[in-house]
Amino acid sequence: MMSQTIQDRRRPAAVQRVNHLSHARLPRWAQPAIAVASIAAGCGIGLAAGWHSKVQWGLLAAMIFVLASFVITTRVEGARQAKDRVATSVIWVSFILAIVPLLSLSWVTISKGIEVLDPYFLTHSMNGVLDAAPGGGLYHALLGTIEQVALAALIAAPIGLLTAIYLVEYGGGTLAKAITFFVDVMTGIPSIVAGLFILATWNLMLGFGPSGFAGSLALAILMMPVVVRSTEEMLKLVPNELREASLALGVPKWRTILKVVLPTAIGGITTGVMLAVARITGETAPVLLLVFGTKLINPNPFEGAQASLPLYVYEQYAVGTDASIARAWAGALVLIAFVMLLNLVARGIARWKAPKTGR
Amino acid sequence: MATTAHSEVPPPKGPAIETTKTKNKVRPGDRVFLGLSRGSGITLLVIMAAIAAFLTYRAALAISKDEGNFFTTFEWNPAGDPPVFGIAVLAFGTVVSSIIAMVIAVPVAVGIALFISHYAPRKLAAPLAYVVDLLAAVPSIIYGLWGAIFLVPYLGGLNKWLDQYMGWTYIFDKSSPGVARNLFTVGILLAIMILPIITNVTREVFLQVPRMHEEAALALGATRWEVIRMSVLPFGRSGIISASMLGLGRALGETMAVAVVLSPSFLISGHLLDPGGGTFAQNIAAKFNEADEFGRDALIASGLVLFVITLLVNGAARMIIARRKEYSGANA
Repeated sequence: MMSQTIQDRRRPAAVQRVNHLSHARLPRWAQPAIAVASIAAGCGIGLAAGWHSKVQWGLLAAMIFVLASFVITTRVEGARQAKDRVATSVIWVSFILAIVPLLSLSWVTISKGIEVLDPYFLTHSMNGVLDAAPGGGLYHALLGTIEQVALAALIAAPIGLLTAIYLVEYGGGTLAKAITFFVDVMTGIPSIVAGLFILATWNLMLGFGPSGFAGSLALAILMMPVVVRSTEEMLKLVPNELREASLALGVPKWRTILKVVLPTAIGGITTGVMLAVARITGETAPVLLLVFGTKLINPNPFEGAQASLPLYVYEQYAVGTDASIARAWAGALVLIAFVMLLNLVARGIARWKAPKTGR
Repeated sequence: MATTAHSEVPPPKGPAIETTKTKNKVRPGDRVFLGLSRGSGITLLVIMAAIAAFLTYRAALAISKDEGNFFTTFEWNPAGDPPVFGIAVLAFGTVVSSIIAMVIAVPVAVGIALFISHYAPRKLAAPLAYVVDLLAAVPSIIYGLWGAIFLVPYLGGLNKWLDQYMGWTYIFDKSSPGVARNLFTVGILLAIMILPIITNVTREVFLQVPRMHEEAALALGATRWEVIRMSVLPFGRSGIISASMLGLGRALGETMAVAVVLSPSFLISGHLLDPGGGTFAQNIAAKFNEADEFGRDALIASGLVLFVITLLVNGAARMIIARRKEYSGANA
């Protein structure tokens, strides 16, 4: 029906111009018109059929839209243009479909988290707070996470950095190839496997109990390959002329690396390390196995169970009372804010100190 | 010494002789630095080897006492007498939920990547890419929390609908009632989780498509979709595959999101909408607290299987990427 009207209006104009090189095209308002019509149809059918889920209405409307624009475009502009239109619609629809859950996730976390979050929540532990009772806080978890992540970064960053330097500045041999390959493989280690490894060695074999440090070891294993990868990329961006200029002046290689190569790439390296830190901050599985969690403030990461932010979220969710789930959301919000802050600062540094590659 | 011997020689030669002398010996600073950096690299290798070795050792301890068949037993009871445990259910759940995640996530991620690289208005594209980058950093426990509290009730309706209209396909036949804490929901949640990761990698590959290829196609009168089909997708194919493999690696090893959403059971059921099943990582997280030392060894054994699977997947992804590097000499 609709195609008929559009054709009727379009054809005369095309005939008048007598342009054989360009074929008929849909007017600009056709797409929005089809969209409005199909949304109306989708809602109408949804209402008539009594579907409760608005998602079904949306899906139906999207299907009608794709179908309608395909049929109409085929008749007016030809099959190739129609395929193009359909591809465009499908890509738009897939984008919208995907962005909905991601937006919902952010929205829910923020709106639910903000309910409980206040200065008291940030500065108190769960000591003596009953599961079902409101109150309490996550100071112990925040402290634990910061200590564990800092320790992990202290272990992983130097090793990762030096490995990347070896690969870029001294590499090329069989050893370098092997390291590159295994760094790649290591990137894919599931966090729980890293946790199991530390469990098998540190706890089961050496007989240590759960502690923040054990968690840090596992987190360090997860962090190292990320640091190596990003540092490697950054060092490769440093122009060779800089190295050659320094070496030509008789500067030893190690001083060239320390004083010329690293300062040039320092922005990108910092970014890489911070992104790696952000990644391990959210890891729950190894912490669950190795740090155990506690309600009390334990400032010593080397002795006794500690709390940690992601673990706190998990525990509060697992308790399952209204008050504890509210705390879980607040914990999730603090965690996400922490991670996003690290990300934003890291990306800010990357932009601010981007290496001058001459492009 | 050399300079005093040739006192007649003009001074510039002095330093020159000295440098030629020192060139032969390696500076101590260089030696230390090389040693440090090489040592770090070797440390990484040692860690990898140690992971494989220790997991295998503890797993062997556990499996040798396993009274059931480790690969085919539908039970997890290492504390029992005799101890019986097997990974069949876990392997099934891990593979099925990952397959669901991939089936949903890969096409959508490619769509989003195309949207950002080719369809979105210029002003929208850069912030979108940035947001997707940030979303890739959201911790998995938060996806889990959102999935359990928000997605599970929401998917209840979809489950009912699928059961009603698609029930004849067997896999969507919901034979036991209950909330949607099933492998299907896990698959969808995993899909949402790995979407930003796959999108990021794919988008970067799409941006590397040589401009010339696209312009040539456009000049021949191709529509935008034809440009994508003829120049962008063929160029990006291996990139898409390797991105998917990376996403698959994440999906296979995901622990917390699955542990929070799934209500586990040791049954294999082809009915994806029935609650139950389990994955390697989820099982480890769920059983760990109640496990004694032998139980932990049993869990380590299942972790070893997960480790091997992810190694294979990641290795395959790396091989595909490496092959692509050889091809793409044109735009290097």
